Formats: sequence, structure tokens, C-alpha cells
Amino acid sequence: MLRPALLAAALAAACPAHADDADLAALRAEVQKMKTDYETRIQTLEARLAHAEATAAANAAQPPAPAQDTANSAPSNPGAFNPEISLILQGGYAHLKDLPERRITGFLPNGTAPGTTRGFSVDDSELVLASNVDPYFRGYFNATLNDGTVGVEEAWFQTLALGQGLTVKGGRFRSGIGYQNEQHPHAWDFATNNLMYEALFGEGYGNDGLQLRWVAPTDLFTELGAEIGRGANFPGTDRNTNDIGNYALYGHIGGDVGDSHSWRGGVSYLSTRAVDRSGTLADFTGNDVATAFTGDSKTWLADFVWKWAPLGNTTIHNFKFAAEAFRREESGSLDCTGGMCGTSLGAYQATQYGGYAQGVYQFMPRWRAGYRYDLLDPGSQDFGLNNANLPRSNYKPTRHSLMVDYSPSEFSRFRLQYTKDKATEGQDENQWYVQYIFSLGTHGAHSF
Amino acid sequence: MKAFRLFVFLVAAWPIFAHAALNVFACEPEWGALATELGGDAVKVYTATTAFQDPHHIEARPSLIAQMRRAELAVCTGAELEIGWLPVLLRQAGNAAIQPGQPGYFEAARQVALLEKPAVLDRAQGDIHAAGNPHIQTDPRNIARVAQVLGARLAEIDPAHAAVYKTRLADFNTRWNAAMARWQAQAAPLKGMPIAVQHEGFPYLENWLGLKQVAVLEPKPGVAPSIGHLAEIVAQLKTTPAKVVIRAAYQDPRPSEWLAEHAGIPAVAMPFTVGGSDRAKDLFGLFDDSVAQLLKVAR
Repeated sequence: MLRPALLAAALAAACPAHADDADLAALRAEVQKMKTDYETRIQTLEARLAHAEATAAANAAQPPAPAQDTANSAPSNPGAFNPEISLILQGGYAHLKDLPERRITGFLPNGTAPGTTRGFSVDDSELVLASNVDPYFRGYFNATLNDGTVGVEEAWFQTLALGQGLTVKGGRFRSGIGYQNEQHPHAWDFATNNLMYEALFGEGYGNDGLQLRWVAPTDLFTELGAEIGRGANFPGTDRNTNDIGNYALYGHIGGDVGDSHSWRGGVSYLSTRAVDRSGTLADFTGNDVATAFTGDSKTWLADFVWKWAPLGNTTIHNFKFAAEAFRREESGSLDCTGGMCGTSLGAYQATQYGGYAQGVYQFMPRWRAGYRYDLLDPGSQDFGLNNANLPRSNYKPTRHSLMVDYSPSEFSRFRLQYTKDKATEGQDENQWYVQYIFSLGTHGAHSF
Repeated sequence: MKAFRLFVFLVAAWPIFAHAALNVFACEPEWGALATELGGDAVKVYTATTAFQDPHHIEARPSLIAQMRRAELAVCTGAELEIGWLPVLLRQAGNAAIQPGQPGYFEAARQVALLEKPAVLDRAQGDIHAAGNPHIQTDPRNIARVAQVLGARLAEIDPAHAAVYKTRLADFNTRWNAAMARWQAQAAPLKGMPIAVQHEGFPYLENWLGLKQVAVLEPKPGVAPSIGHLAEIVAQLKTTPAKVVIRAAYQDPRPSEWLAEHAGIPAVAMPFTVGGSDRAKDLFGLFDDSVAQLLKVAR
């Protein structure tokens, strides 16, 4: 009906000169008829709508608002496109012996060993910005802030839409090796890092590079990952090169046992290279000498996590067990200057081991208690020519840590920790820590 | 030769086996049960949580990532209920089909009007949800609304079985409407009944049955009540008495039992979702049992 009318109108408009009065009258009549037709139909529809509304109101005691309500209201908020922002505040009090420097006997220092501050202090505050960039990518930024220092801990993009279980991450990120490595200090179960990660990486292994992860389409969780990168961080060094600086490979499997138990285990391998990696060791006379290691560093890690909660309900009681172990092989040369060394270049060859095991039990809502045991084994260490200058020890560094924490909500936590620290030969120190961790803003999900 | 023929047959038939059923990942048991009602044999449903787990606090377990990896449709409540764990699963599973915005990602709370939208967003108010109260499954009218959209979504994702989903949805609608009429008739005596709740988990149930909530045991959503706070509620209940104190099956029984003992009213663990009680084996059983539990204390 509409189409002939439009055609007529178009024709009428196109050739006004040829339209006589009779045609015009016919056209007017048709337009008028059309108008009345539509008005009638609109009225009918309005009546039907009113009827439907009345029926709906009568049916429901409290008529529900239209569906899609939330979907429609959300986008109207321009702030909704802002990134998720979260800020972690952490700090506390530490009661420690006054030691100029803390070393782990038998292990080459990572050069970044912070040495914990005595008394009251704030730890690094973490500022996190994260958001989906578009349907294809997610971006994440994590900076640590402290007096005069800003560190970019992580700054990466991650694919969302590759499918087939594949995810690519690029930028600066914490490596997927091991278990604790991807966790930032606020997510640790203890106030201090474990001895294994301290000896291996300082805090955790981060890198600038690319990561490829693949999750297999199986009931048993199976994840394989590969990373390449700059390799600038300990145990590697920055080497001013176009080459790939390091690579890492890892695999994890995991699953559930009944409703109450879940677990994950894995094996990782990290290969990196160092050139003139500087450190400080004591020679036979006890004087400090400067060392520079050049060579390959290859680390194997094994990790296992098991979590229990009655029927999977973590609110009242839950238990978490985590253990990791490593074997690191470093070979190359060690340049030693000062003290007994004078200036001497010797070979360096070391195969070393270590690990930790920890259990944390939530014994009532909000309260958890935990114990961690750290053990390192210096294994075989050979300084080549410098064996005459540098002592080698069979001392096995250990630490025992006990902690209790109280979390008024999932965004706040207070912790008391006691540590018996025997990381340095001849040292037996009782350490006390009181710690707070507050999480402001959209601090959503933590991994397993 | 025989082996070769078998091999050829298996290779040829592989897509049929592989796509025999649509993999559905349901965040909560009610949506798993609904997907089963609407999909029957055409879907293979994995339910990520049970009625005895707090859907706010779930570990992003490896097993869940493995299931999310293969899911062709994820059915969750949304409205930030799963904000503590679902994002991890979505990001780590490497599955493009179930990312938010894709047809394979379905949020039930988007299909209904939410109650209790907070006017002010402040964590000092406890564990509140910006979009409104997410516990929509305690009102069967919400289930009915979600069913319509979910049925259509199943047909969209799995057009090969569209006819199955259509038939099953129509069948479900008939049975569900009949059941709702039955529950409403049975629940007539519950209208206006004053109740106390442990967690703000039942506004939709109250809205549906006309229950009157006179007290909440949690001082703020998600914050466990102290004995002092419970004692205040006991005092408050002396002036505005409640017939019963209800909680969800997954919640710590101690606060409501303490209150029940001191206020002299019964405490009832509502199934809250499918699997929360012996009778709540499916969605029908869930409301049969919920209404029955409340009627028992109304007399």
C-alpha cells in the first residue's frame, strides 16, 4: 500500500506540470486514506499495549521493571570505561638484628638483596591499572612506589580472543615459572619472601618479552608455556644485544579430588645468560671481594600446591599446602678483585639446590596460621683458580617461619610473623614482623 | 584392513562425536539445572560450584580453567557475584567463544530487574554489588525470564539443535507456569510473614512471596555477625518479632542457630539453589522445598 502511494507522490512531485486536477484529487484522497489507516492501526496498538500493561500489573503483585534494565543503564556512565584501579598499601614493623648486610651463605648474591629495614617502615605501595583494551586485548600496569623510586613491576598486554586455548602476553611481566613467581608480595602468605626465591631471583623473576600459553582441551588441567625475553634480570644480566636474552619453558597440570580437594603441580625451566654479573663475597680472611660472573645460568623448578576446604566452602576452614624446589646450574667464569684475589679470573661451576614447604590453615573465619620451612643446599661450587682465595662451604641455610594473620575483610589483613633465620653461616637470628596489607579499589580476582 | 576401515570411520565420525553435545559451563547450580532443562541431551553441563559453596568466594581452581577452556557457553549470574574468580577463569582459559560480549557468555542477572541497587558505592558498606543484589534465583519468575533468553541463546549458538531447544523451552514453560501457580497457591499463608535473614540473600524470594524481612544478622553484607550484634538483634526481635531466621545452605550455621536459641524462633537452612537440600534435586524441587520449609514454620 505504501509503495504505490510513494510512487504516486514521487511521480506527482517529478512532473507537476502534467498533473491535472483530477489526478491531484485522487492523490489527496489516497494520502488521506493512508493517514486514517495508520492512525487506526496506531490506536489499536496503543490499546493493546495499555491492555498488556494492565494485565501485567494485575498479574504481578509488584510488577518487575523491564528486562535488560542493567544492560541499558550501564553504558550511560562514562566512568565505566576507566581502567580498574587498585592500590595496595603495605608496611609494618620489623624487629631484627643490626646487620650491615644479609647474605645467603654459599650462593652468589643477586645484587639486589634489599636487607629488611628495622623498626617501622612502609613497604612499596603497588598501584595497579588494568582494563580490557578492546575485544582482542587486555592491558595491565603495576608500579611500585616508594621514597624517590618508582618501579614498573609489570606492564603488559594479553590476548583475549585467540581461542584454541592460546594466550599471548607481551611486555614486562612476571614469568609463569614455578608457583609463587607470579604473585606480588601482597599476595604472599608470609611477611617475607621464601629463601628459595630470594636466592634465585631476589623477589620473583620478571622479564621484558613474550609469553605463549596453551591450555589443553582436557578434563585434567594441562597448561604449557614458553617465554622469550630480554633476560636482563638476575640471574641474567642486560647485555646490549639484538639477540633473545633468555627463554623459559613450563608445564602445569591440576585438578580436583572430590569437592574438597584441589591441586596443581608443575615443572619449569629457565635458561639465561650473565655478563659481568656483579656481587660481593668474603675471602678466606673475611674481607669483601668484588666478583663478576659471566656464563650460563640454568634453573629447574618443581612446584606443587594443594588446597583443601570442607565441601569446597572456604569460608570457615581451609588449608593450603605449597612446596617448591629448584636445581640451578651455573657455569662460566668468575672475575674476583680485591682482598686475597687481587685481580684474578677463575672458572666458575656450581650446581645448587633448595626449596621450601609451607602450610597455612584458616582455623576460624578471618584467622589463619601458617608455618614455612626453607632449606638451601650449596651443592657443588667450584671457583677454579679462585678456590685458593674464596672459601667454599657445605653450610645449609635454613629458615623457620610461623605466622598468624587476621583479615577483617578480604581487602584488609594484619599479620604477625616469627622467623628463625639461619641463612648466613654462624648466624641464628630471631626475627619478628608485624605487617598490614590494605587493598583499595577494584581488587578482584587472585589466581589459584 | 579392518583397522584401516575403523580408522577412516572414526576420522569421518570424529566431528559427530566431538560436537555431540554443546559444552555448557554453569557458574552456579541453578543455571546448570536450567541449561539441563532446556538442553537435555543436546548439552553437556558442567556446574562449577555446589549449593554448599559461597558463590562470592570460589577458588579459581585449575579444574575450572580446564572446563572453561572447552566451554561453548558460559552461564553465570553476573552482577559482580563471581567477580572474585570468574575473570581469572575467562582470562586463563584461552577460549575466545565465552569472553564477555560474545554470544557464548550469558549473564542471567542482565535478564531481570535487580533489587537493592546501592545508592552509594563504598566498601565501608561491606560486600555490596554495584549492579544490585545478584541472588536472583530465589524468585521463580526470574527463572522463567532467564529461561526465555537462555533458550534463545542455546539455539543461536547451536543452530543444529534449535528445534530441540524450542520444544524443550515450550515444554519447560508449560511445566514451570503450572508449578508457579501451585507454589503461589501453597504459599498464600506466607504473605506478610515476618522473617530474619542471615545474609541479604533473599530479597527476590521475599518480593515473590510477600515475606516481610525484619532483621539481617550480618551487620554489613559479607561481614559475619559478632555475638554482641546478634544480642542486639535478639532485643530488636522482642519488639518486631520474626517467625523464623533463614540462611542459605552454604552459610555458617552458627549465627542463625545462636539467634534461634536466644530469640526462641526456628532456624531454617534454605536450599538457596539446586542441590542445597535432598529435595532440591532440580529447579522444581528447589521451590517445592523452599515453600515447604517456610510453610512448616508459618503454622
